[in-house]
Amino acid sequence: MSPRRTDSGGRIDRQRSIRFTFDGKPFTGYPGDTLASALLASGVSLFGRSFKYHRPRGVMTAGVDEPNALVTVLKGGVREPNIPATLLEIYDGLTVVSQNHFPSLGFDIGATNQLGGKLLGAGFYYKTFIGPVIGPLKGTRFWMFCEYFIRRAAGLGRAGNEKDTARYERINAFCDVLVVGSGPAGLMAAKTAAESGKRVVFADLEPRLGGSANWSGETIDGMPAADWAEAAVTELRQNANVRLLPRTTVWGYYDGNTLAALERVADHKPNPGKGEPRHRYWTIRAEAVVLATGAFERPLVFPGNDRPGVMLASAAERYAAEFGVLPGRKVVVFTNNDSAYATAAALKKAGAGIAAIVDVRREVSEAAHAAALSVGGEFLAGHAVVATEGGAKLSGIKVQIFDAATGALSGEPRSIEADCLIVSGGWSPVIHLASQAGINPQWDDARQAFLPPQPTQNWVGAGAFNGSFSTEEALAEGHAAACQAAGTVDGLIEALPEVETPALRSHPAPVFEIKAKGKAFVDFQHDVTADDVRLAYREGFVSVEHLKRYTTLGMATDQGKTSNVPGLAIMAEALGKPIPDVGTTRFRPPFSAVSLGSLAAERYGDLKPERLTPMHDWHIEHNATMYPVGLWFRPMIYGDPGETVEQAYVREAKATRETAGIVDVSTLGKIAVQGPDAAEFLDRVYTNVFSTLAIGKARYGLMLREDGLAMDDGTTWRLGQNDFLMTTTTANAGKVMQHLEYLLDVIWPDLKVQLTSVTDQWAGAAIGGPKAREILASCVTGTAVDNEALQFMGIVHGEIAGAPVMICRLSFSGEMAFEVYSGACHGCHVWKALMQAGKPFGLVPYGLEALGTLRIEKGHVTGAEIDGRTTGRDLHLDWMLSKKKPFIGSAMMDREGLMAEDRIKLVGVISLDNRPLNGGAHIVEENNPDEPRNSIGHITAVCYSPALGKYIGLALVKGGKSRHGSRAFVADPLRKRFGPVEIVSHHFFDPEGKRMHG
Amino acid sequence: MLISCPYCGPRDLSEFTYQGDGNRTRPDPASTDQQAWNAYVYDRVNTAGDHHEIWQHSGGCRAHLMVTRNTLTHKVSAVAFARDAGHRKSDRHRMSGGAA
Repeated sequence: MSPRRTDSGGRIDRQRSIRFTFDGKPFTGYPGDTLASALLASGVSLFGRSFKYHRPRGVMTAGVDEPNALVTVLKGGVREPNIPATLLEIYDGLTVVSQNHFPSLGFDIGATNQLGGKLLGAGFYYKTFIGPVIGPLKGTRFWMFCEYFIRRAAGLGRAGNEKDTARYERINAFCDVLVVGSGPAGLMAAKTAAESGKRVVFADLEPRLGGSANWSGETIDGMPAADWAEAAVTELRQNANVRLLPRTTVWGYYDGNTLAALERVADHKPNPGKGEPRHRYWTIRAEAVVLATGAFERPLVFPGNDRPGVMLASAAERYAAEFGVLPGRKVVVFTNNDSAYATAAALKKAGAGIAAIVDVRREVSEAAHAAALSVGGEFLAGHAVVATEGGAKLSGIKVQIFDAATGALSGEPRSIEADCLIVSGGWSPVIHLASQAGINPQWDDARQAFLPPQPTQNWVGAGAFNGSFSTEEALAEGHAAACQAAGTVDGLIEALPEVETPALRSHPAPVFEIKAKGKAFVDFQHDVTADDVRLAYREGFVSVEHLKRYTTLGMATDQGKTSNVPGLAIMAEALGKPIPDVGTTRFRPPFSAVSLGSLAAERYGDLKPERLTPMHDWHIEHNATMYPVGLWFRPMIYGDPGETVEQAYVREAKATRETAGIVDVSTLGKIAVQGPDAAEFLDRVYTNVFSTLAIGKARYGLMLREDGLAMDDGTTWRLGQNDFLMTTTTANAGKVMQHLEYLLDVIWPDLKVQLTSVTDQWAGAAIGGPKAREILASCVTGTAVDNEALQFMGIVHGEIAGAPVMICRLSFSGEMAFEVYSGACHGCHVWKALMQAGKPFGLVPYGLEALGTLRIEKGHVTGAEIDGRTTGRDLHLDWMLSKKKPFIGSAMMDREGLMAEDRIKLVGVISLDNRPLNGGAHIVEENNPDEPRNSIGHITAVCYSPALGKYIGLALVKGGKSRHGSRAFVADPLRKRFGPVEIVSHHFFDPEGKRMHG
Repeated sequence: MLISCPYCGPRDLSEFTYQGDGNRTRPDPASTDQQAWNAYVYDRVNTAGDHHEIWQHSGGCRAHLMVTRNTLTHKVSAVAFARDAGHRKSDRHRMSGGAA
């Protein structure tokens, strides 16, 4: 048993030990311990170094408000920085390291930053680094020189580079009453709502429900408060209408009484159970919400208030009562209100010695006085702590006589020996969720705190959240709140539980700061001192919003839970205004840090949906390397053993040009456009005319956006008078569908057209090459496929191996080519039959890389060129822009800027140094690798062209055609690729199209 | 945010796709008035108060809805089919009174 650990009491299980490491050193603790409680029990007081000055820091709180004791958890290669040690439950094998120090936590070179404290005050960056270059030690260039060192020196934990392997989930929940916070108020509310038969969700961020009942030492209904809470929780657990959510932080309050919560499902386990996520993101829709989120104790601002060993009074009480850990043997209490007297009594009871109670008030209540006498030690009313002593561990404090009305100190400072100083500066209700859901909070003079605003959504507050700090009030308000939330006007229970508690009131004297010499911290996590706040005021940053941004007060990971009110009070004093006139910043979600993984949830990792074509398994069996395209997977190459990607696609493309190739085109978007007005509708959405298209024919179409820029292209097939099958690019299928639906529903509701997405109903295979027609002829029955029966862009119906197919003679590869469509369930059967039929002819399957190569050689455009910035004219599709009819984008495409001569236009480029080109590389007129400039365009797609025997690419270049035959250079500084290219027509291969018409 | 789809009932925001400002009027398709088209494509009113927005119930019935939403309080006061609203641009009464 460690010397700091009490023999009994608390939530820990002393029967079993847990082993973990902190900074490589082994430690032990008990189940139920947090990292903070286990390390405190082992006598550790130094937890980390501060943000800016690298000052030694210990544990300040026992909960989510912790500003100092942030650590990094290591799991395998995954680092998770900035976890409050006060929330981190220990488990066997837990590996934790401390943060922001070099070379070690105990000896830190960065601590010399304190010597330059005057230089590192508020606005240090703005004053030192922003502005023109004047002299060597000023301005932006100086920043570029210093940045590396400053980034290393300042900051919190370091993020890792390893991929997060944990799994995250999302879940929706609906309830009549959501109770947030499980202290006496929340527990009473949950109990009452459950008894009235309502569906209740009951959430608390701590692992053990019960809140302050777990450590207050009070008696409720004749039993210890912790036992009363446990009994109540057990009863709720057995109620089928109640869902208990421990370890769940409700972090956001949104419109329509929708709340967001993060459940830490497996953070406290060495490994999550099978199928168990690490975190679960809850979206909770509640008819009514009971906010029983309690209050945060505030620290007082005085010099040296950040030394390890200085702790909030409530935290010390929690460590003693909940974890059986004494934060010190010789404790000094420093307070401006009565609540710390109860803490002193609790610590005394747990076995600590109380060296002194220092109260800024000259007069205290009778109950407080009695409590002070009963715990022993010096009682210094009308005094204040003006300094702390010791190095990285508190050894004593200095006190002086203090006048609470004027803030004046008098008399000689006197030292008192102590290893722990507990501080209470009053209590701030945790109104974050209410503030998110409503308007500005209201200042209350008696409590010296902001109280929740009037509800703008359906919530009811209870307990300390309302500023009702006693347990008796909490129980009554919890009951009343639940009655209101549940819509039952009369109370359900006959009598409220009775509470035995000393008559100590938490209403503080309006003292926030003791002004004495030395650094007095307001925001511990961002190292903002009281002097920084006053400096900001002197420099004119008088609005709270400016104060916050200039000093970064309240902008750290703890979002100022301990610092907001003291910071405002100091600013108010500097301004000479009362606090309510200074105002406060609005709380925004999240209440506390939320894992990004939980927000991404099933949209990332193994829960993400996948779309597979009917031929997927065949591709895999034939060595295809699959490539993700949106949610789809498409073959990139069918590599032979030992082949590089380039060798594979060159072989595939070459075979297609020489004999025949086949590619899976099932992923193309397919939309059935049907109805009496279908042809008219297509005329309006495509730039070219479709109403004249004969039945059994297809046409290539281009559609624009309303702003006149190109949107998508594809072929549309007329299957009947009122029946069209539109194809879109794979990537734009959803977007085009939505575009068409919008037009029909909102702009032209009078058109009689029905749209149906049939992408998944059809499987498609495109077969092309000199032998393609012969292959088809050998396996298609029920129709001829010769030039007469199946002309260019013609459609026929037939069968392949017994399965009905629809064949359209169209070509993306530039070869004599056909697209064979069959029902999706016949897709693989038809594909195999085509492969079988093609065997004697040397048919090869080809993937996306070869598909890209064939289309680049032909100069056909795709999404790389239709990139949302190009017009039809930029892509030389002028011939498709009908002058006979208006269409979507027809007026806007004629804007001056979209017709300008210097627009970038589609061209081809050939690498003149026989090296590969890169997509995204710039085209420049001068080869100047040291200082590339004056881009005239960029490369959109590249390949090695087997037909030309050269590395080629498509590019968008200013001047377009006028540069054909001229020389330019690629400039790709990121990939260090520079060299000469020739600009040519984008029709590299067979510009007359003889092969496909053949 | 909840939107009450006239077909599907009150549904979560995540089922809907924002499809733009509902206050725009599309010029006659044959018009070549650049200013009118410019106003339709780019100009938006920045209302503080009740605002007409088009939302598609893309994760449901796919209907386009004219939603009247207060930009200050986020309160949705009316939901109607956009096709009805589009036809009766001048008839604000029907647009804002058509909640199901």
